[in-house]
Amino acid sequence: MAGAAIELRNVTKRFATPKGGIFTALRDLTMEVAPGEFCAVVGPTGCGKSTTLALISGLEPPSVGEVRVEGRAVRGIPDGIGYVFQTDAVFPWKTVLENVAAGPRYHGTPGREARDRAREWITRVGLAGFEDRYPHQLSGGMRKRVGLAQSLITGPKILLMDEPFSALDVQTRTLMEDELLALWASTSASVVFVTHDLEEAIALADRVFVLTAGPGTVKGNYAVDLPRPRKVAEIRFQPRFTEIYEAIWSQLRDEVLVSYERQKHAAAV
Amino acid sequence: MSVKSTRPRSSVSGQSPQSDPPPQAREGNRNSSDLAARRSSAARRRRLNIYALRVAFAVLWIGSWELTTSLNWVDPFFFGHPSGIVVRLWTWITDGTALGPLWLQVAVTMQETVLGFLVGSVLGAAFGILLGRVALLAEILSPFIKGANSIPRVVLGGLFAIMFGLGLSGKVATATVLVFFVVFFNAFQGVREVDRNLIANARILGADNRRMTAEIIIPSSLSWILASLHISFGLAIVGAVVGELFGATAGVGQLIYNAQHTFDINGVFAGMLLLAVMALVAEGILTAIENRLIKWRPRQLSGEIPI
Ligand SMILES: Nc1ncnc2c1ncn2[C@@H]1O[C@H](COP(=O)(O)OP(=O)(O)OP(=O)(O)O)[C@@H](O)[C@H]1O
Ligand SMILES: [Mg+2]
Repeated sequence: MAGAAIELRNVTKRFATPKGGIFTALRDLTMEVAPGEFCAVVGPTGCGKSTTLALISGLEPPSVGEVRVEGRAVRGIPDGIGYVFQTDAVFPWKTVLENVAAGPRYHGTPGREARDRAREWITRVGLAGFEDRYPHQLSGGMRKRVGLAQSLITGPKILLMDEPFSALDVQTRTLMEDELLALWASTSASVVFVTHDLEEAIALADRVFVLTAGPGTVKGNYAVDLPRPRKVAEIRFQPRFTEIYEAIWSQLRDEVLVSYERQKHAAAV
Repeated sequence: MSVKSTRPRSSVSGQSPQSDPPPQAREGNRNSSDLAARRSSAARRRRLNIYALRVAFAVLWIGSWELTTSLNWVDPFFFGHPSGIVVRLWTWITDGTALGPLWLQVAVTMQETVLGFLVGSVLGAAFGILLGRVALLAEILSPFIKGANSIPRVVLGGLFAIMFGLGLSGKVATATVLVFFVVFFNAFQGVREVDRNLIANARILGADNRRMTAEIIIPSSLSWILASLHISFGLAIVGAVVGELFGATAGVGQLIYNAQHTFDINGVFAGMLLLAVMALVAEGILTAIENRLIKWRPRQLSGEIPI
């Protein structure tokens, strides 16, 4: 497809290990995300999901193959990228307000306007009243939400999310998922959403990519033809949801088992 | 590049598990003010105990010194008398010293110290951050810096005395050199230790090089730099005093030098006492500045010893 928003073509990513060896994290991975599409990526732990996002964001170059965003080969960080990191990446020396206002300010928005917009976003992620707190004064889930507001405020065209809701309790999580879907529907953003949770992946996405145990490559991709708009809490009870779940799980399970066996073996050696 | 750095007092990205209750939760909790009062009174009691023990320690130490020297168990010619030190200080205050009024000597040394401290730490921090940011520069300059760092810097006091004469600049130069390397290595290390994740996040959010340095690199390495400043002030005093020993017309170092040459052991101790007081006052000021600058950092876990 010519007009893909994100394209990874036969991408291999190798890392140098501390001992001087070479570790292959991704092998010959090819995937495409259409403009405005919501994609989820699932796979066993350590299979290269975060690495895939790092390649798309331009933070890491591929060792082999090509990464294209909106038709252009990625060199450095493409415009209009938003990235919600797996690990804490909010700035500890900035207050919640300053953290969320950072993106707009870096893009040249005057301070006052940036702060006003930041306040709106802080309210949207349910942190009103915490504007002047420093990150160490927040809970882990609250920090995650700061990170969410921080990247969403820039209105990204390409949104990369690495297990953004994994630290939240189930209720908050469902609320945030619905909020994300509403938000995405009102923009034309293409989303790549990494998660461990297959249910979450199906509830949110148009398409689910299953990666193999590392070195990761795409084992299969599954269209999720559930109607939109969706309510995350309710969609799980549709019969079609269960069908899709079973189809994907039968594939994913094998990879999880491979990965698990490998880790057990590595631990035993 | 060699790592000669002092760890910051608490880690940069250290997220402490403790967190205040949300603003709403504060009211509605009837016991909380009661609890807070009890906690602060316990803390006050503990603080008073510490002060009492400190006084007891000082009394014991100075008392035994006074006693053993006045009973001639220890030769007061070499060890002085606490009471003699106080008398010497008092005559310096009331009658002035051989070099002029006492406050002038303190002011001269203080001026040398503070100037050396400021110039040294600003240069050290600036070069540390620059070399931390520009890997190529760090690689080129690394052997030179290591070489310069290995010179026993006290020797430079003599060199500077020849270069700059008896005035202010020689002492400031010695203090500057002593401070520079400590702050430099700490700033350099601080830049190297910045969390890669935070840098990645700032890049994604669109920070240019200038903003990256000003808003990510500097705040993050500030913990390291400030940690080095505590040691640096003491080193600046050393630099100033060493400079004065190599030749000066005024200053506490010169005062000590004079006292030593007239075998006035109490005068030597009195001079040392003055330097210690200067260092303690400066330490207090630095801690206050540090706490103001890094208010984003989690408080020290309770139970840690405030040294
Ligand atoms: N900078 C690096 N240097 C060396 N190896 C790396 C590096 N980054 C990742 N790896 C390795 O690449 C593999 C894939 O890592 P990645 O973080 O992409 O996994 P993941 O699928 O996101 O896992 P998880 O679900 O646990 O987050 C892992 O085995 C990891 O050890
Ligand atoms: Mg990951």
